[in-house]
Amino acid sequence: MLNIQNLHARVEDKAILKGVTLDVPAGEVHAIMGPNGAGKSTLSYVLTGRGGYEVTEGAASLNGEDLLALEPNERAAKGLFLSFQYPLEIPGVPALTFIRTALNAQRRARGEDEIAAPAFLKLAKEKAASLKIDFEMLKRGLNVGFSGGEKKRMEIFQMAMLSPKFLILDETDSGLDIDALKIVSEGVNALRSPERGMLVITHYQRLLDYIKPDRVHVLAAGRIVASGGPELALQLEAEGYDKYASAAA
Amino acid sequence: MSLASALKTGDLTELPSRRDEDWRWTDLRGLIRTLPPLSPKFEGDIGVGPFAADETLTLVNGQGAIDLTLAAGETRVISMRLISATAATAHAGRVRITVGEGARLTLLESHEGLGEGYLSEIALDIHLASDAVVERIVLASDAPEAVSVVDAEVALSAGARFAQTLLTSGARRQRIETRVAHPGAHADLRLDGIYLLDGQRHADLTTQVTHAGVDGTTSQLTKGMVADQARGVFQGRIIVQPGADQTDARMGHHALILSDKAEVDAKPELLIFADDVSCAHGNTIGALDEQAIFYARQRGIPEMEARAMLTEAFVGEVVERIEHEPAREVARAWVAQRLGRSNI
Ligand SMILES: Nc1ncnc2c1ncn2[C@@H]1O[C@H](COP(=O)(O)OP(=O)(O)OP(=O)(O)O)[C@@H](O)[C@H]1O
Ligand SMILES: [Mg+2]
Repeated sequence: MLNIQNLHARVEDKAILKGVTLDVPAGEVHAIMGPNGAGKSTLSYVLTGRGGYEVTEGAASLNGEDLLALEPNERAAKGLFLSFQYPLEIPGVPALTFIRTALNAQRRARGEDEIAAPAFLKLAKEKAASLKIDFEMLKRGLNVGFSGGEKKRMEIFQMAMLSPKFLILDETDSGLDIDALKIVSEGVNALRSPERGMLVITHYQRLLDYIKPDRVHVLAAGRIVASGGPELALQLEAEGYDKYASAAA
Repeated sequence: MSLASALKTGDLTELPSRRDEDWRWTDLRGLIRTLPPLSPKFEGDIGVGPFAADETLTLVNGQGAIDLTLAAGETRVISMRLISATAATAHAGRVRITVGEGARLTLLESHEGLGEGYLSEIALDIHLASDAVVERIVLASDAPEAVSVVDAEVALSAGARFAQTLLTSGARRQRIETRVAHPGAHADLRLDGIYLLDGQRHADLTTQVTHAGVDGTTSQLTKGMVADQARGVFQGRIIVQPGADQTDARMGHHALILSDKAEVDAKPELLIFADDVSCAHGNTIGALDEQAIFYARQRGIPEMEARAMLTEAFVGEVVERIEHEPAREVARAWVAQRLGRSNI
């Protein structure tokens, strides 16, 4: 599924990723934890193709397809989805319009028919209900004036609507209240399947109680410095990142 | 001094030039080296215009004149087609509109360039009697090489309401000017506009509102986008004369520049000689939010489509202020088509 080989990337001449190697097979959920500034969001941006990041070495592929050679929208059409740590506001574009435009663009790119308006609305109503999102909110400018938690919920709603093949969740739990965390996690778990993979970036064990990872990795100073089973997250919560500081340096 | 007077006298020095303060960004003298022959009477097919209405008035190649009067209390929706049909010729046309007391007019005005490279000036006089209501929607679809001037002189009476929305894709040089004599006296004015310019197109939206009495309101919102080597000009002047107290006037102009070679020149001016007025203006010129574009692309929307979508949303605020529902639909479709989003 997702294969990352010795990935190096920099921003404005500052090296951030210094040789990340990671494999997430189909059907698995991997968690990435690590101190602030380690490069977790950078990894998610490099994988999705945000401008301003220069890949200086290494490779990344999804189902054997070279991601780095594709435009961001082409990567999305291949099924790559990023739930942003800081979702953007899109003034004047209602959430429903935005998502329908995205869904149809992805379908066109894959040579599929566009979704008809009634089928789209039905799907949107279903998904909004399951995420306890007020349907009226979907008629407002996307994320404009939404609270931090509402924006995160909207990310998961978009994910549910687009049903991507590979999900990257960048601190989706931050800003969510206790109930919202549960609802959002259920939304994510509903997408777990033998064909899908997920990379879950988080600082807190709590999210991993709901979205149970198969593997946990520690990213520090631009490298994966430790990997283990779910117990690694518990150990990090108890001990912090101190012992990886030397490994990273 | 105007394009019309230059056409009448054949004297090029009659053309407005950049030495005239109010024309410094829309130089006609420097552009027009020789005056083309006057436009002939046109007998060919003019097709259908962009607006549907029960009544249609047509002026082709400036021939003849339109003189429209609404009796007191009348309500009419009129499509007015001002057509430049013959390439490389010049014409000036006149329109006079009188709207009686309490009458209501929806004026759906289209400037249609069927020929190439013409020179056209249309002068309009619009008079609103007390409590008259006019909504004027202007869709200017000039040919890319045309020179086009639309000059409207509007006079409001007490309690009248005039609302205007200009939609333009520009021309080689294009000036759409609106001057409003505002008596205060609970008359209400809205002057809006959208310009969407690409290639080497130019559009100049100039307005002047003179508040002469107490208790008048004016609200202006113009939004524009320039791409390629296009140039947008906005000049908005609001004059509040001595004694025109309690005037409430707001003016906004906001533009997006989508390329290095495109340009926007804006001059908002508030000249206030009265006390106790509430006047404000805002003027912003910027680019699209690149982070928002990446966000849209991450969701699968191709870059050009993302840019068009955000631009459409940007000018959408002006479209939504159009009151006549069918005209609002025409405006929406025009924006989508200009931005290459007609398939959505
Ligand atoms: N545009 C930029 N210019 C300079 N430095 C940058 C830029 N973007 C990111 N960085 C730096 O790259 C490093 C990695 O940032 P990144 O956002 O990937 O960290 P993170 O692991 O996601 O942290 P957090 O847990 O706080 O979200 C940081 O030191 C950050 O300051
Ligand atoms: Mg981060």
